[in-house]
Amino acid sequence: MPLIVEQRILAPRVSWLRVAAPEVAAKAEPGQFVMVRLDEKAERIPLTIVEADREEGTIVLVIQEVGRSTADLVRLRAGDTIRDLLGPLGRPTEIERVGTVVCVGGGIGVAPILPQARRHREVGNRVLGIIGAQTKELLILEEEMRAGCERLLVTTDDGSYGRKGLVTDALAELLAEEQAIASVTAIGPVPMMQAVAELTRPYGIKTIVSLNPIMVDGSGMCGSCRVTVAGATKFACVDGPEFDGHAVDFVELRRRQSFYREEERRAVAAAGEGCRCRNA
Amino acid sequence: MPERVSMPKQPVEARRRNFDEVAQGLTAAQAAAEARRCLQCKNRPCTTGCPVEVDIPGFVRLVAAGDPIAAARLIKEKNALPAICGRVCPQETQCEAACVLGKKGKPLAIGYLERYAADCERAATREGPAVSARPDGPQVAVIGSGPAGLTCAADLARGGCRVTIFEILHAPGGVLRYGIPEFRLPKAIVDEEIRYVESLGVEIKLNAGIGQLYSLPELFSLGYEAVFIGTGAGLPHFLGIPGENLNGVYSANEFLTRTNLMKAYLFPEYGTPIKVGRRGAVVGAGNVAMDAARTALRLGAEEVTIVYRRSRAEMPARAEEIENAEEEGVRFRLLTNPVRVLGEDGWVTGLECLRMELGAPDASGRRRPVPVPGSEFVVPAETVVVAIGQGPNPVLTRGVQGLALNDRGYIIADAETGATSLPRVYAGGDIVTGSATVIAAMGAGKKAARAILRELKR
Ligand SMILES: Cc1cc2nc3c(=O)[nH]c(=O)nc-3n(C[C@H](O)[C@H](O)[C@H](O)COP(=O)(O)OP(=O)(O)OC[C@H]3O[C@@H](n4cnc5c(N)ncnc54)[C@H](O)[C@@H]3O)c2cc1C
Ligand SMILES: Cc1cc2nc3c(=O)[nH]c(=O)nc-3n(C[C@H](O)[C@H](O)[C@H](O)COP(=O)(O)OP(=O)(O)OC[C@H]3O[C@@H](n4cnc5c(N)ncnc54)[C@H](O)[C@@H]3O)c2cc1C
Ligand code: SF4
Ligand code: SF4
Ligand code: FES
Repeated sequence: MPLIVEQRILAPRVSWLRVAAPEVAAKAEPGQFVMVRLDEKAERIPLTIVEADREEGTIVLVIQEVGRSTADLVRLRAGDTIRDLLGPLGRPTEIERVGTVVCVGGGIGVAPILPQARRHREVGNRVLGIIGAQTKELLILEEEMRAGCERLLVTTDDGSYGRKGLVTDALAELLAEEQAIASVTAIGPVPMMQAVAELTRPYGIKTIVSLNPIMVDGSGMCGSCRVTVAGATKFACVDGPEFDGHAVDFVELRRRQSFYREEERRAVAAAGEGCRCRNA
Repeated sequence: MPERVSMPKQPVEARRRNFDEVAQGLTAAQAAAEARRCLQCKNRPCTTGCPVEVDIPGFVRLVAAGDPIAAARLIKEKNALPAICGRVCPQETQCEAACVLGKKGKPLAIGYLERYAADCERAATREGPAVSARPDGPQVAVIGSGPAGLTCAADLARGGCRVTIFEILHAPGGVLRYGIPEFRLPKAIVDEEIRYVESLGVEIKLNAGIGQLYSLPELFSLGYEAVFIGTGAGLPHFLGIPGENLNGVYSANEFLTRTNLMKAYLFPEYGTPIKVGRRGAVVGAGNVAMDAARTALRLGAEEVTIVYRRSRAEMPARAEEIENAEEEGVRFRLLTNPVRVLGEDGWVTGLECLRMELGAPDASGRRRPVPVPGSEFVVPAETVVVAIGQGPNPVLTRGVQGLALNDRGYIIADAETGATSLPRVYAGGDIVTGSATVIAAMGAGKKAARAILRELKR
C-alpha cells in the first residue's frame, strides 16, 4: 500500500502529500492523474500528479477538502497509507517549444498548473503565470510557481494579497499587453475555466482546460466522466482530461458535477456523526 | 418420466428488495433425482453443446451416485470455475439445448447440477492444489483478471509457469466482479475461485493498467516471455440520441460498477453514491439490461421498464434471468426504440420512444425492426440506464504498435491458439470476440494457455 512519506498543510483545508509510488512516478507526465481509494469503503477519486520524483520514487498530490472523500485524505499524515492508487491516467499534456505561453491557476488549480509551467520552462518556452485565490491564506504554491515562471501575476478576490480581482482580470491585461501568446492553459473551478476561454476566444489563442467531471474507474469503462467537446461525447479520463477550452460545453459539465449534491451532503453528515473530528 | 426439477428461489416479495442470491440451489435429494433423469447417452450430444466440453454424463452419473465432490473434480478437468458457470452460462443455448431429453420434454438441468456439485465441493474442505508454479518456470504476464485471464493464468501455472496477472481495477474478477450482481453471482464465490487461482502460485497485481503503467514491449523487457491479453469489452456504448448526458442517465457499466464494485447500495457507509428515481427505464434486453433493471428495483425504484427495439424472441438475455425479472415486476416494452431522452432543468424525466414493427430479415437473419411513423410516446423515468452493448477496453489497445485490430477495434487473434499479430502475444475473451459469455472467455483463455505452454517449451 502506498505510504505517505511527507505531509504539509498549504492552506486551510488544503494538504500536500508526498506518496511513495515508484512505478507511477517512473511514468508520470504533466497533465496526468491518479485514482485514489483511501480504504475499503472509500470512493475512488481522481487527483492530479503535481510532481513526480523518478529517483526517489514518489509523487506529490495536493488535495483540497470539498466533501467526504477529500476530507478523509486531508486528514492523513506522514506514515499513513493509501489503500489503492492507480495511475498514471489520462493523456499527458502536449508541451512543445512554441514561444510565449500563459499558465493560469485558480484556487486548488494552482497545484495542477505547476507541473505544466515547469515543463513549459524546461522545453524553452517563456512562461507567464497567473495564480489567484479568494483570499491571501488560501493562495498556494506561490514560490514554486514564481520559480517556474518568467513572470507571475497574483490576484486575490478580496485584495488581501497581490492585486485585487480575479485571475481573469489579470489575464485580460496580459492579453492586451502581450503580442504573441501561443497558448493559454487554465486549471481551476469550472466558471473560471469558462471565463478564461471566453476571454481568449476573440484573440483566437489556443486555450487548454483540464476538466474535472465526476469519475468512477478512470479507465474508460463507465462513462461517468463524459463531457461534450465540439458537439461530441468524450470520456475525460481517457480522452482528456485536457481539452480545447473553446469547444467544451461548460454548462453541461457544471450540471453533471452537481448530480450527487444531495448524496454528498448526506455523506458528510454521516461522517460527522461518527465524530471524525478534523485534525484531531 | 419425472419432471425437470425447478430451482428453489427466494420469494419474490423479499428478493426484489435485497441483494442476496435469488436462486438458492438444489437440495441433495433434488439433485440426485434430477441426475437420474439423464439417459447417459453414448454419443453424448450435450457435451458438444458445451464450449469447453465438460464430461456431462460423467459428472451427472457421479451426482446421481451421491458423490458430488467427485463430480466437481471431473468438471474441473475442463472448467476451472464450475460454481460460476453453473450460475451464469446460457445453458438453454449451449449444453441443455443439445440434451436429447429436450426433444420430448424438458432438458436435463445441467447448469443446476453443475452448480450443485461445485457448491458441495466448496463447502467440503479443499485440498491444496496438486501442481503449482515452479520457481524456475518461465514468466508469463496476463493482462486482465476476468474469466479469460484467470483461466489462462491457472492453466499456465499448472503447466509450470510463473504468472503475474495485471489488473487495472482494485479488485480482480472483471465482469464477474463489477458487472454481474451479487444476487445472481455472490462475490464470495468469485473470491473463492480467485483464491484458488492464487493458490496455484499466480500473483495478481492490482491497480496496474497496462498501456499506461507498462507498455506491452516493456513487459518483455521486465522478463516476461509471453503475454496474454484478456482486457474485455468494457467500453460502454451510448445510443447517440439527444439528451443522453442529462443527469440521471447512466451507462449500465457505471450503474453496475457503482453498485457491485463500489457497494453503493451501502451508501453512506460506503463512500460511493448512486441515485435511483421512482421510475427507471433500461434500454436493451441482454443479461446486462436484466441485471441493471433488477438492480434498480433493489435500489428502491418502484417501477422499472425494459425498452427493447426487437421482439421477445430476440432478447439475448438468459431465459432464466428474463423470467426472474418478470417475476420481480420488471415491465417489458418490446418493439420500442428510444429516440430522445427528455429532461427538465438538466434532469431526466423520460424516454421518448417510437413503436417498431418487424420487417424483412437483416444480415443476422433476424427480422429487422422498422419504426412506425407517428407512433411517438413517452416512457416516464427519473433514471435511465443504457445497456446496449460494449466495445473493446481502450487503455491497452490504444497504445500498442503493430497489434492488429479489426475495424471495430477488437484484437485479431487465432481462434485455436489466441495468437495475435505480435510474437508471443496472445489474446482471448471479449477483447477478441466482443461481448460474449463467461464460458467462451474461459475457453479462449484455456486454448491460449495451451499454445503458450507449447511455444515456451520450444
Ligand atoms: C482529472 C482530475 C484531477 C483532479 N485533481 C485534483 C487535485 O489535484 N486536487 C484536488 O483537490 N482535487 C482534484 N480533483 C477534484 C477531486 O477529484 C474532487 O474534488 C473530489 O472527487 C471530490 O470528492 P469529495 O467526496 O471530497 O467531494 P464530494 O462530496 O463528492 O463533492 C463536493 C463538491 O465538489 C464537487 N465535485 C464533485 N466531484 C468533483 C470533481 N471531480 N471535481 C470538482 N468538483 C467536484 C461537487 O459538485 C460538490 O460541490 C480532480 C478531478 C479530476 C477529474
Ligand atoms: C452485467 C453483465 C452481465 C453478464 N451476464 C452474463 C451471464 O449471465 N452469462 C455469461 O456467460 N456472460 C455474461 N456476461 C458476459 C461475460 O461476463 C463476459 O463475456 C466475460 O466476463 C468476458 O470475460 P473477459 O475475461 O474476456 O473480460 P472481462 O470480464 O471484461 O475482464 C477484463 C478485465 O481486464 C481488465 N483490464 C482492462 N484493461 C486493462 C488494462 N489495460 N490493464 C489491466 N487490466 C485491464 C478489466 O478491468 C477487467 O477486470 C455478462 C456481462 C455483463 C457486463
Ligand atoms: S460449462 Fe456451461 S455450457 Fe458447459 S456444461 Fe457447464 S453450464 Fe453447460
Ligand atoms: S444428452 Fe441429456 S440425457 Fe443425454 S447424456 Fe447428455 S444430459 Fe444426459
Ligand atoms: S471515469 Fe469511468 S469512463 Fe471515465
